[in-house]
Amino acid sequence: MEALDLARWQFAITTVYHFIFVPLTIGLAPLVAIMQTAWVRTGNERWLRLTKFFGKLLLINFALGVVTGIVQEFQFGMNWSEYSRFVGDVFGAPLAMEALAAFFIESTFLGLWIFGWDRLNKKVHLACIWAVAIATNLSAFFILAANSWMQHPVGAIYNPETGRAEMNDIGAVLTNNTLWAAFPHQITATFLTAGTFVTGIAAWWMVRLVRTRKAENVELARDVYRPAVTLGVIAMLVGGLGVAVSGDIQGKIMYEQQPGKMSSAEALCQGSEGAAFSILTIGDLSNSCENVTHLIEIPGLASYLGTGHFSGPESYLPGVEDVQEQMTERYGDVTAAGDPVTYTPNLAMTYWSFRLMIGMAAGSVLLALMALWLTRKGRVTDNTWFARVGLIAIPMPFLANSFGWIFTEMGRQPWVVAPNPTGIDQIRLLTERGVSTVVSPGVVLTSMIVFTLLYGALAGVWFTLMRRYAIEGVPLTVRDESPEAQEPPDEDSEAADRPLSFAY
Amino acid sequence: MDLAVVWFVLIAVLWTGYLVLEGFDFGVGMLLSILPRGDKEHREKERRVLINTIGPVWDGNEVWLLTAGGATFAAFPEWYATLFSGFYLPLLLILVALIVRGVAFEYRGKIRDEGWARRCDVAIQVGSWVPAVLWGVAFANLVRGVQLDADHQFVGGFFSLLSPFALLGGLVTLSLFLLHGSVFVALKTDGEIRARARQHASVFGVAALVLAGGWAVWAQVAYSVPWTWAAVVLAAAGLVTTLLANRKGSEGRAFTASALTIVAAVVLIFGSMYPDVMPAVDPANSLTVHNASSTDYTLTVMTWVAVILTPLVIAYQSWTYWVFRRRLSTKDIPAPAGLSLKKVREAAFGGASSGGSTGRGLTDGEGSGS
Repeated sequence: MEALDLARWQFAITTVYHFIFVPLTIGLAPLVAIMQTAWVRTGNERWLRLTKFFGKLLLINFALGVVTGIVQEFQFGMNWSEYSRFVGDVFGAPLAMEALAAFFIESTFLGLWIFGWDRLNKKVHLACIWAVAIATNLSAFFILAANSWMQHPVGAIYNPETGRAEMNDIGAVLTNNTLWAAFPHQITATFLTAGTFVTGIAAWWMVRLVRTRKAENVELARDVYRPAVTLGVIAMLVGGLGVAVSGDIQGKIMYEQQPGKMSSAEALCQGSEGAAFSILTIGDLSNSCENVTHLIEIPGLASYLGTGHFSGPESYLPGVEDVQEQMTERYGDVTAAGDPVTYTPNLAMTYWSFRLMIGMAAGSVLLALMALWLTRKGRVTDNTWFARVGLIAIPMPFLANSFGWIFTEMGRQPWVVAPNPTGIDQIRLLTERGVSTVVSPGVVLTSMIVFTLLYGALAGVWFTLMRRYAIEGVPLTVRDESPEAQEPPDEDSEAADRPLSFAY
Repeated sequence: MDLAVVWFVLIAVLWTGYLVLEGFDFGVGMLLSILPRGDKEHREKERRVLINTIGPVWDGNEVWLLTAGGATFAAFPEWYATLFSGFYLPLLLILVALIVRGVAFEYRGKIRDEGWARRCDVAIQVGSWVPAVLWGVAFANLVRGVQLDADHQFVGGFFSLLSPFALLGGLVTLSLFLLHGSVFVALKTDGEIRARARQHASVFGVAALVLAGGWAVWAQVAYSVPWTWAAVVLAAAGLVTTLLANRKGSEGRAFTASALTIVAAVVLIFGSMYPDVMPAVDPANSLTVHNASSTDYTLTVMTWVAVILTPLVIAYQSWTYWVFRRRLSTKDIPAPAGLSLKKVREAAFGGASSGGSTGRGLTDGEGSGS
């Protein structure tokens, strides 16, 4: 393999891996903040127990998101130096803003939250977890601003002298309509992920407790886990609805901005009006349109998703072959080997990742419906299917996030910076021209093996810890550790001798 | 004012923040195997004291690195591209080190198992020693100059980075961070460990004086400009003050002085590079503050962002240090709160749970669904 393929594999591995942890962090941090707010406002201990329980799971997850994130920032320069030279004037700004505006807040206030239970006033401590929650969402905004610019470059001009894209309007970069479609889509996806996570675990615990038929266990299920199910379901409903609406908006924008991506997602070879949405397609999708057979189709739906019209001239969608023809005419690039560039992505990857992204929502839908029915009007349930669906549903939104990003990034190929069809033609970069020129394939392979082995081992540790702490359940006893709840401090005596409420 | 120069200074400031703050984190990590004494149980407690001196802050300290990296990307894309692709293998080692170290800090106490704690200690060791040396090697190479071609691409290869000057630079940061970590521990702890940290600081201080002194004079004579002699003098004064203050037991002053030494080292490094950001062996190929920088527009935007946000960051990070200002000693360390993996089956299927809670009377297999 060449350095280019290896660098792409490495980016895929490290990014998909990093993004296992990130959606849960972004979605769960606000949910934990809501739980703690409920405790501070009502004084009801159930919310403190839930805060402690889900807070620990949040921290276990957060740690891996942090350490794998450093690789992401370094990797642009290490493996993609020519990309970095081309885009740095624009792309570097949101990255630096993310570090300054979001990472500092996340890391500092998370430290205060973890160690500050007995050091900070109750409200100040609560503000710390809110700061973390807001900062994680802010960080999503900035990184999506950077990514959206690669999908749809705006606010920049091409400088022939330096041979790079140069920013001339930061406002345009931060108000890119691609960004404002992607941001709600991603944020609501994290709510769906975290909502499913909270509901799934609480459902499993509820069923487990109710099945013991012991009054105190049933009471625990009703008093503590049922409210967690309710909160999780609300997050799932908000997230699910938001993800669908924002995804629909995104699809229409994408047909304007990257028709090749969307035509491939539909495996639509020739342009047509009233194009159908296929659920199952067979044939060799990878390279060409030949032998593609759609087996199950919903008439007109693809056109509706792309244009808002089921039929008629307005519902026309360009096909993969049309896109290839138009792009060749407009750009006519050749690869390093001298061949004409294929302007559409790998059909099979795009087609299936798009469908899997959508299909993986099924677990959350089923879990939410079951939760709404089985826990209606204050009920708790011993229905083992509820527990099973809860556990099966948990990983599904994680996979949906991964497939969504695989679709977004694979669908952009062959571009690393896709041309803006209504913008400046020169701001575009083929992926093969972005790779570092001084890094040998052996070196990239080495680092890829190192990261893959290390990440694999860490995934095992992460899963073991998440599982173990989920099985432990909410603490049986909690106490208000805040300074104002303690005995008036008798300086230097007992208070000073008390061990820390938490230490590593 | 010339914004590219402003950003050169700002990036030096970000590196200063990183090396001063994570410098003592690395020091504390390295001391993990050096400082603790006594029987097994006591050593474990002392190790936990050490880790908890930086527990709430290490992650925030590391963000200074991410910010320095991001700012370099935004303000000097050519520098970022050449540096990161050229120093590939050292950066890979640093990344692996920082990953295992961070995970070990966070997960060490999550599992109650002696073997697990030992493995995490190894990870913290590796994760602290390796970057402590490699950052010095990397910066010494920037001072010395590297092999760049006419396209500003690094063509030197990995072994060209291992010159005697660069390796000595690695020992300089190593000794400085050991010293800095020791005076930090003396400042943040109480009891025996505090006294021992001060003893160690005396030893590391002398080592740092010899190594850093030698390297700084070498750098100054061979690669730098006259005005950075001021930084060399400042660094020497900082080290001497650290040693004297440490001997007198003025721990706050010793820490301030060792921090100042690191500031002076950064001034020397960046001062010697200027007006290059990455000097080349053939000066015609050097990346300079101007040929590596972003446009004035981007730099203006980023200046506003930095001017508004950096003081806020410094304010809330300082507040964190204030909140956790209390000295720690072994008696402050609570019983381990981690869960036992061995008892997991009992906890899940009806026996007494570990982690202090009692069983819930769950019997085998009920609705576990797993």
